[in-house]
Amino acid sequence: MARAAVSRRLTWRAATVREARWETASARTLVLDVPDWPGHLPGQHVDVRLTAPDGYSAQRSYSIASSWTGDGDGVELTVQRVEDGEVSTYLDDGLEVGQQLELRGPVGGWFVWRNEPAPVLLVAGGSGVVPLMAMIRARGDVRGRQPFRLVYSVRTPEDVCFAGELARRVRDDPGLDVHYVYTRKTPDGWPAPAGRLTVATLNTHGWPPDFAPDVFVCGPTSFVETAADILVALGHDPKKIRTERFGGTS
Amino acid sequence: MSIISPGFGGRRRSSRPDLPPGQYLTRDFPVLSAGPTPRIPLDRWQFTITDEVGKKHSWSWKEFQELPAEDVTVDIHCVTKWSKLGTTWRGVALDTLFENIETTADYTMVHGYGGYTTNVPLEDLLDGKAWVAYKFDGEDLAPEHGGPARLVVPHLYFWKSAKWVNGIEMLQQDEPGFWEEAGYHIYGDPWREQRYQGD
Repeated sequence: MARAAVSRRLTWRAATVREARWETASARTLVLDVPDWPGHLPGQHVDVRLTAPDGYSAQRSYSIASSWTGDGDGVELTVQRVEDGEVSTYLDDGLEVGQQLELRGPVGGWFVWRNEPAPVLLVAGGSGVVPLMAMIRARGDVRGRQPFRLVYSVRTPEDVCFAGELARRVRDDPGLDVHYVYTRKTPDGWPAPAGRLTVATLNTHGWPPDFAPDVFVCGPTSFVETAADILVALGHDPKKIRTERFGGTS
Repeated sequence: MSIISPGFGGRRRSSRPDLPPGQYLTRDFPVLSAGPTPRIPLDRWQFTITDEVGKKHSWSWKEFQELPAEDVTVDIHCVTKWSKLGTTWRGVALDTLFENIETTADYTMVHGYGGYTTNVPLEDLLDGKAWVAYKFDGEDLAPEHGGPARLVVPHLYFWKSAKWVNGIEMLQQDEPGFWEEAGYHIYGDPWREQRYQGD
């Protein structure tokens, strides 16, 4: 890990909402202008701070959804609304284009893809797809030829984030595959019944351990525990499996 | 600089004096780990303190269980912003483990199964400030929470409380561990909000 890359102070910056769009009924992408943004690596996150008129404030961490190509000052956050979540509900339903918030980052030097030559396996549970999408976008930016596979577990077809963009990239980005796992409801005509991710899923749609892929798993704690256990059982080197868990938080 | 968000704050959680700045209360026990959860068979478990001249002091699981244990109730604070108050643990105080160890080193690197490391100054481990815990809430510590045994240093952000702990290495100089190397604060005091390098 590069020590020099992180030896700078993380200050709070003002970010302005340039644009907002719904990805699903409960996940919204905020396109933020952040003057003098230092850039980021796919997989990193930012801390967001909101302050109420009476001075009360709250902070949360959000993964960055966008890649960074070296031009343009800003980041995109895709925020899944959490039931009762004081920050996510405001970011999704309260914040308007033109409004400001504070953020600092980028944070994290481990769960990142650095354009290495190895094949990559991405395993997403629900909104855990966000930092993995940043990696897919970054690979697209550099026209990377590393074989990339995304296994994306969602409850229903309506819960898929970035559905249109993923379909387009599977068509246009050579060497990118996406496999969906629907846990509650499948699309019409889907060849398998709804069900959870299994050993067979990752054996069929992941890379063989012999390829020594870099593996990134992100999702709720129980999903990540299951997926990582399966990958270890299939023979993947635990040191090649990077995980990011969320759960019970908002 | 402070930017006001109109209409924000309606769903706020109660603020209380025992919550460090920027933290919120959770009743769950979320998990933060960098990789898969290691499974360690107890008959192969070992805990080793290595002093600055390389001398090793080791305990098997059985020997470890025979050490005097303490029950403690402490608040824990994760750098990802959640805090959990009044958590109960059972484990061996680091004071007990260091009883017969002579050292002039002021720093330590804590190691865990799976390769995790985190640095903690020795004085933050002694005087009743840290434990190697093997029970949480009266039950055996679950693997995803660091079982069979994890370090508990409640006065620092919880990434310092290394899961699956298997040893402490004495160092003459402070060195960054896993998350510290990745941009997190070298010391990590939640009350001074030392989340990231430079805070």
